[in-house]
Amino acid sequence: MIKHFIQFEWKQFFRSSYWQKSIGLNILMAFLALYFMLTFLALGISLFPILDKQFPDSDPLLILNGFLFYWFLADLLMRFFLQKLPVMNIKPLLVLPVKRSKILHYVLGKSAVSFFNFLPLFAVIPFGIMLMLEEYGTTTAMIWMVTMVIFTLIINFLNIIIESRSAETEFSFLPIVLIASGLFALNYFEIVSFSTLLADGINAIDANPVFILIPLAILGFVYYLNYTFLMKKLYVDGSLKAKTQTASTSDMTWTRRFGTIAPFLQLDLKLLWRNKRPRSSVFILIIGLAYGLFFYPNPVYNGLEWLYVFVGIFVTGIFIINFGQFIPAWDSGYYKLLMSQNIKYKEYLNSKYTLMVMSSIIMFVLSIPYVYFGWKILLVHFAAMVYNVGVNTYIILLAGSFNRKKIDLTQRAAFNYQGTGAVQWLVGFPLLFVPVGLFFAPYKFIGFEAGVAFLIILGAIGIVFHQKIMRFIVTKYLNSKYKMISAFEQDN
Amino acid sequence: MIKATELSKKYGGVTVLNIATLEIPKGQSFGLVGNNGAGKTTFFNLVLDLINPTTGNVVNHKIQVNISEDWKPFTASFIDESFLIGYLTPEEYFYFIGELRGMNKADIDVFLSQFDEIFNEEILKKKKYLRDLSKGNQKKVGIIAALIGNPEVIVLDEPFANLDPTTQIRLKKLLRDLTISTNATLLISSHDLGHVTEVCDRIVVLEKGEIVKDLITSAETLQELETYFSV
Repeated sequence: MIKHFIQFEWKQFFRSSYWQKSIGLNILMAFLALYFMLTFLALGISLFPILDKQFPDSDPLLILNGFLFYWFLADLLMRFFLQKLPVMNIKPLLVLPVKRSKILHYVLGKSAVSFFNFLPLFAVIPFGIMLMLEEYGTTTAMIWMVTMVIFTLIINFLNIIIESRSAETEFSFLPIVLIASGLFALNYFEIVSFSTLLADGINAIDANPVFILIPLAILGFVYYLNYTFLMKKLYVDGSLKAKTQTASTSDMTWTRRFGTIAPFLQLDLKLLWRNKRPRSSVFILIIGLAYGLFFYPNPVYNGLEWLYVFVGIFVTGIFIINFGQFIPAWDSGYYKLLMSQNIKYKEYLNSKYTLMVMSSIIMFVLSIPYVYFGWKILLVHFAAMVYNVGVNTYIILLAGSFNRKKIDLTQRAAFNYQGTGAVQWLVGFPLLFVPVGLFFAPYKFIGFEAGVAFLIILGAIGIVFHQKIMRFIVTKYLNSKYKMISAFEQDN
Repeated sequence: MIKATELSKKYGGVTVLNIATLEIPKGQSFGLVGNNGAGKTTFFNLVLDLINPTTGNVVNHKIQVNISEDWKPFTASFIDESFLIGYLTPEEYFYFIGELRGMNKADIDVFLSQFDEIFNEEILKKKKYLRDLSKGNQKKVGIIAALIGNPEVIVLDEPFANLDPTTQIRLKKLLRDLTISTNATLLISSHDLGHVTEVCDRIVVLEKGEIVKDLITSAETLQELETYFSV
């Protein structure tokens, strides 16, 4: 049976139109994976000598164990944003003679062979070998390595719990950020010193291997938690079927002032508010707004004016990145309707454009209090807003014409976490970093005002040529109309 | 009037539709029958420009559908559930479609009041989203929405499937009345030979993408179709 499961996934992956259309993206992901592997390998090899040199009086292994808490915390955070949850289309299997427990063990087992579980090995194994060479004894080294593997797996299953729980609410990555910063704060202010506790624990295991049973028991426990949690979802009337909501209606007459795009604007606003996935892109706005607080109060970043651009683009453009990159996939469920109805593409796209522009302006207004940290910040945020409105919105709309991945808004199936993964953030990179680069050149050679002016001018050009640019984008969408229709009909 | 010329669609070398010429005059109620894979939905998708023809073209009231979009204002359709917007209530969906077709809320309310029988108090004012309606009720919403704004061409793929017997009978009456009272061209497909013969003036049988029969409905048509399909 397991053999069939693996076959299904293989086919699902390679037969999806998404794979076929985005080989470039897959290659990019492969390069990133390779890069991380090499980084970890280098870390694993050089860590022991570095620690030995930096702390000549202490035992490098003890020092490293002291830092493991941060390692695990970083691992958890990285997984949350990058690792995809194990997904399987289980509904067709439920009526077949396959034991439910088998399906679950398979799904959970699959997550254990994730790239993110192998990545730490690239650092752990060389370090372990170093330990052996440095006469720590083969047993100690082996025990240490096994402990690390167990902890990696614990984090793996812990992440699945956190990630699937937060996928069911609208808060997106708010919970993980709260958990992680909570743990970090408790540790940092030494209210509960997790790093010492963890280090003591691992040192104890190294000294007496019997204690390895404790992390093993924890691993068993988180596995069991996942198992029971998923077991509840394996019924057609359970979470496979979405709960019926009572509809709430509102007229939204204020959208009338936007003229011909009003019906689409209403539709988009309902889309945002009535579906879990897009709704989370609204909640992310809160996080985006707070983003500046990571940088501005910190004296380390004081005077780094190019950083203001990054933060400014992020704050005023977070909705553009999160919502915009799934245009037109948000409407994939009824794309055929839109294509056969009395609809002009221009109005449809203009409505999305208006929505993104509004978000940008609102975010700028809300970010005005940052002026407390200096008027330059306000100026840069304004320039970033103009740039977002005049450049980034068009880029993301244009990129949308290459969009071939359906989004199932109804989320009828459990295990449905489409669009949560590394790719989502990769798309944001050019949108965030190109303006920083554009600012940097005139800023370096002429001055701060020149950099700001350059961004504003670029944005203004985009706004002035709005009609022309939109016409161009519309032709791109028209050209890929049939491809989009057929791709959006596929489920994967 | 709808005219298909040299229309064909191939998927990877396999021809799924091949129509030398087909003319559907204005006001006709036109039925398409055929077994699975005969090309019924492909034909409708081509009429609605949802797929690209391999050769030939479809002309809808003098407008070639894959060149200009000007056929959209007078053409309405319901092919499958993907024509519904799941997160809207039925009323909001009707208002949305109405707005696209130049009808305001009051117009739509008047329009909807004539379908109380079909809705059977299960659809309007239920405070439910379309995604939470049953398949049959979803279908009713889609079909009624396709009638909004007096379209001159109405395309319905399998309108009777998934409907309960009472609604099937009511829908048949509705479609017959529609072609009499307005001058709309009606294109429907069905697997139920009885339904199409009752509703349509003309029935075309497709087999493996080719037109094999083109009948003007008479008292003998049902018998003839049944003989043809009982191989």
